Amino acid sequence: MANEPTTGSKGKQAWYILLIIPFVATLWMPFYAPATLPAWNGIPFFYWYMFLWIIISSVLTGIVYYIVK
Amino acid sequence: MGNINGVALTVFIILFAFVTVLGFVAARWRRGDLTLLNEWGLAGRRFGTVVTWFLLGGDLYTAYTFIAVPALVYGSGAIGFFAVPYTIIAYPLVFVVMPRLWAVCRKHHYITPSDFVRGRYDSHGLALAVAFTGILATMPYIALQLVGIEVVLAAMGITGDWPLIIAFAILASYTYFSGLRAPAMIALVKDALIYITVIVAVIAVPLYISHTIGNGGSIMDGYSTMFSKIPSAKLFLSPKVYTAFATLALGSALALFMYPHSITGVLASNSGRVIKRNAALLPAYSFLLGLIALFGFMAVATGVKPDKTFGAQFAVPGLFLKVFPDWFVGFGFAAIAIGALVPAAIMSIAAANLFTRNIYREYFRKNASDAEESTVAKTVSLIVKAGALAFIIFLPAQYAINFQLLGGVWILQTFPAIVFGLYTRWFHRWALLIGWLVGMVLGTYMAYIQSTKVNAHFASSTYTLHLGSLTIPGYAAFYSFLVNIAVAVVLTIVFNAIGVAKGADHTTSADYAEEAVSVAVA
Repeated sequence: MANEPTTGSKGKQAWYILLIIPFVATLWMPFYAPATLPAWNGIPFFYWYMFLWIIISSVLTGIVYYIVK
Repeated sequence: MGNINGVALTVFIILFAFVTVLGFVAARWRRGDLTLLNEWGLAGRRFGTVVTWFLLGGDLYTAYTFIAVPALVYGSGAIGFFAVPYTIIAYPLVFVVMPRLWAVCRKHHYITPSDFVRGRYDSHGLALAVAFTGILATMPYIALQLVGIEVVLAAMGITGDWPLIIAFAILASYTYFSGLRAPAMIALVKDALIYITVIVAVIAVPLYISHTIGNGGSIMDGYSTMFSKIPSAKLFLSPKVYTAFATLALGSALALFMYPHSITGVLASNSGRVIKRNAALLPAYSFLLGLIALFGFMAVATGVKPDKTFGAQFAVPGLFLKVFPDWFVGFGFAAIAIGALVPAAIMSIAAANLFTRNIYREYFRKNASDAEESTVAKTVSLIVKAGALAFIIFLPAQYAINFQLLGGVWILQTFPAIVFGLYTRWFHRWALLIGWLVGMVLGTYMAYIQSTKVNAHFASSTYTLHLGSLTIPGYAAFYSFLVNIAVAVVLTIVFNAIGVAKGADHTTSADYAEEAVSVAVA
């Protein structure tokens, strides 16, 4: 309680920024909603982008978990 | 659809009977004294990472999710997919916020978010508002789980009220007996069934599509064909609804963990680390949800017709009936029905915890013993489920759907009191209370005035804001939430300036930190 390693935990707090990335990526619609964006194997961009971001944000959360543990 | 699908029903009943047994056996799991509210209602806060993953998954991804999301995609197309970004952003929020709630609740033996608010702000009014909103928002959600069971039973040819009453009676008995341990245990089975069903479906249905509609080919060809069958207007999001889509996702994500049943799932864990790990692992369910949403398009592509009674909600049942052999239909429908039981149980327990702690013990019986609390909670849980059943039996399903829509609006209004409270004591309790009230009224109004030819009120959850020449459609819950915060900020400044009493904070800042893991102290 008295002597918490300050540099360790303060520096680690910065990594929480990573968790903001999924918000920007999935809430800013012009990034992925336009019909003109390239489809992949017949799957429109809108859909495969969403699935990809499920994986990416899970990985980001995992990274932050390990760093701030 | 008049004939009973015998094979499907047999498989369905076998699986249903299996989880019923589990529901009763669960009382012995990680044994505790079930006469204590903490044990009955939070399973003694013993659940580790794996069990929490199943419990929260079973909690958040309900039968209604599996019926309603595809139904929305089937009927309205791309906008139904708001559920995916919604679950993507919910987890980082959980990661950051929920461990703090867990820690302070563990330290002070709080069982509900209302307990926390009362301790933090020393305000009975605010605590009551949080409890009341929580109970109110949970009720329609339980009712809609029963609708989910109703839909799959009807798809097997079983209609009428009795099957639903029987299912309810079974659910009510093991919940009464085992408390939170029952849905936790059943969630393990439910998830196994759901994952198997979805994995099989996302492979089998595109193959079915590529061979019946397409030119034969692989799974990917099937998806390609499926997408090509969806009209452009449904497949893509119009720029006019970008803000509606984004605010639906954001508002729903913020609200998700304000629901009593989500908080119950979180508080039942044995540490903040369990919650953080789950925030990284639960997205597996989001992937599942995305695939389930695709079922809506699969139903369109395979030519499933809307049902006379259930309309678009018949998308998934109809799809299964079309593509799968009867025994797998029974399997999949059992997955959905069991997927209704788990959240219905947790929701009724969460609502009961709220009522018992924050209304009964608070206002009626301050010196209630642990045993009395537990008995009251068990009874209330029963009453809440019975109420939901009555709602479904006696009122049109549309009422439950509207009520659920409002529930989402209302529960978001408790976010400032709970979440801001986890970080700061700056807000004044009366300012938060008034902000809550304003948000409730405004949000209800915004939803009420949405009108189409089909529904005179509550036709939609989006409200169109007109700012000068701009029209900005947005989720009514989110708009009213913003107003709620604005009011709380302004009034906090005013009340602090006038000197209105802030009350005592029973918590300290250390209470919110994760318990010291192994900070190296020499």
